[in-house]
Amino acid sequence: MNIVMAMFGAASQGLTWAILALGVYLTFRILNFADMSCEGSFALGGCISAVLIVKMGWNPYLTLIIATLAGMAAGFLTGFLHTKLKIPAILSGILTMIGLYSVNLRIMGQANTSLLGHKTTVSLLKDILPEASSLGMKDSTMQTWVTMGIGIVFSITVIALLYWCFGTEIGCCIRATGNNEVMVRAQGVNTDQMKTLGLIISNGLIAFSGALVTQSQGFADVKMGVGAIVIGLASIVIGEVMFQKPKNFAFRLFSIVIGSIIYRIIIAIVLQLGLNTDDLKLFTAVVVAIALSIPNLKKNKAYVRKGVN
Amino acid sequence: MLKITNLYKTFNPNTVNEKLVLNGLNLDLKDGDFVTIIGGNGAGKSTMLNMIAGVHFPDEGSIVLDGEDITYLPEYKRAKYLGRVFQDPMMGTAANMEIQENLALAYRRGKKRGLSWGITREEKELYVEKLKVLDLGLETRLTNKVGLLSGGQRQALTLLMAALQKPKLLLLDEHTAALDPKTAQKVLDLSEQIIAENSLTALMVTHNMKNAIQYGNRLIMMYEGRIIYDVSGEEKKKLHVSDLLEKFQSASGGEFANDRMILS
Repeated sequence: MNIVMAMFGAASQGLTWAILALGVYLTFRILNFADMSCEGSFALGGCISAVLIVKMGWNPYLTLIIATLAGMAAGFLTGFLHTKLKIPAILSGILTMIGLYSVNLRIMGQANTSLLGHKTTVSLLKDILPEASSLGMKDSTMQTWVTMGIGIVFSITVIALLYWCFGTEIGCCIRATGNNEVMVRAQGVNTDQMKTLGLIISNGLIAFSGALVTQSQGFADVKMGVGAIVIGLASIVIGEVMFQKPKNFAFRLFSIVIGSIIYRIIIAIVLQLGLNTDDLKLFTAVVVAIALSIPNLKKNKAYVRKGVN
Repeated sequence: MLKITNLYKTFNPNTVNEKLVLNGLNLDLKDGDFVTIIGGNGAGKSTMLNMIAGVHFPDEGSIVLDGEDITYLPEYKRAKYLGRVFQDPMMGTAANMEIQENLALAYRRGKKRGLSWGITREEKELYVEKLKVLDLGLETRLTNKVGLLSGGQRQALTLLMAALQKPKLLLLDEHTAALDPKTAQKVLDLSEQIIAENSLTALMVTHNMKNAIQYGNRLIMMYEGRIIYDVSGEEKKKLHVSDLLEKFQSASGGEFANDRMILS
């Protein structure tokens, strides 16, 4: 029973983290840009949301919007560093990430902020619904259900928005920019603008996810973004492996959400099996490294075989 | 329509790799000219095309296209006037995108791009019509990824994309060099056909002297960053490969034409 409950909780957790994975997908797969700033903007979203709720008494839903806007600004900064100041992609992201660490500390004035006793997106919704006991379930179970519901609604909304966005003329240009910049410029598109736009959308989503995660876990921490890119990648890779890279874009985004849920379930299982939480990041890193290298190793094998013939 | 005046360009200035690639280049194109450009490696042929396209900016000189000075206009801004096909078949198209998506990108060259849908239904019909002309069977593969196509097919598609919005000038930078002879011939014929049908002005860099004589109405030979031979009309038609080789040798002071030029 214990492990079932843990997996159930993990699934709802996976849904709140899924939007982070979608954001990472935009930069890593679509723009072909390994954007490290996501670690900073994830924590940024969480910190802003927590401070607005705790210190300013804002509506938790409203803080999601502010967090998203802040994330977009972070994305713009990375884009500016890369396209205007010509700093290499990976370094631009790292600079934003490092800078945001201090910014996040400044925002909170301390290393973490607890939301205990404050309204969150989850508790607001739970208040509207009937009492957990009257529905014949434990309060914590109810909490998980509501979190899951919110996660599903937000994930579907984001998928729909992204599907629309990347089907538009500008969206097509962003996709093409990640594919072949020379060609896109030859077709009269400012690729610098497209890259920046992609980073803005991606980091906006990631900060949104950070805010959502903060509210569902009940605290924000300046270190909450550490490893976010790897967690995002793990979700993407799991989704791709499970669904064999579906052709349809919406379905592909959907597979990432499923990937994120499965990642959380895997984590819940290995923790139940006795893995030390300290080793979790190492475990994730190894899994992602293996998953990312499999396609390349397969290619090499085929090449060697060809060479022998 | 295109006027290049006194163009100079040095790569890696003040280093051991310093190389003067364009040395006071002048060129004047008339509307409807189809010019073939030949010259040895490092003569500045591709650099000239890249200057016109805005990939590099010159150190000195000016490029005026149809009365507009485009010398320092960013690449993406002048793209609305230019159709380009590259030497590498991978360069002209986006491999992970569908054939129709590539065409849709080209169809919007020079137009404002907004939040309306990336491809409309009417467009798809247009693309089918255009692809039929290529006679490569691509009209039934609109939703295939371009990465699945062969080099020749991709070059043909790039050509089509370059002419989809009529460019003021078509730049062909050794666009058949990476193809096998038969496919190269087909792409060349297609280029000629598209240029004639749309009455385009075109510049075509080639290493193949026979092609340089066979196609176009004007031929220029470049050497060390300037034009050393410029011939057009009847005189060009009468040229032989041996004439060109002779010209090249006298210009380069007896230095032998490189193997690639002799073999072609």
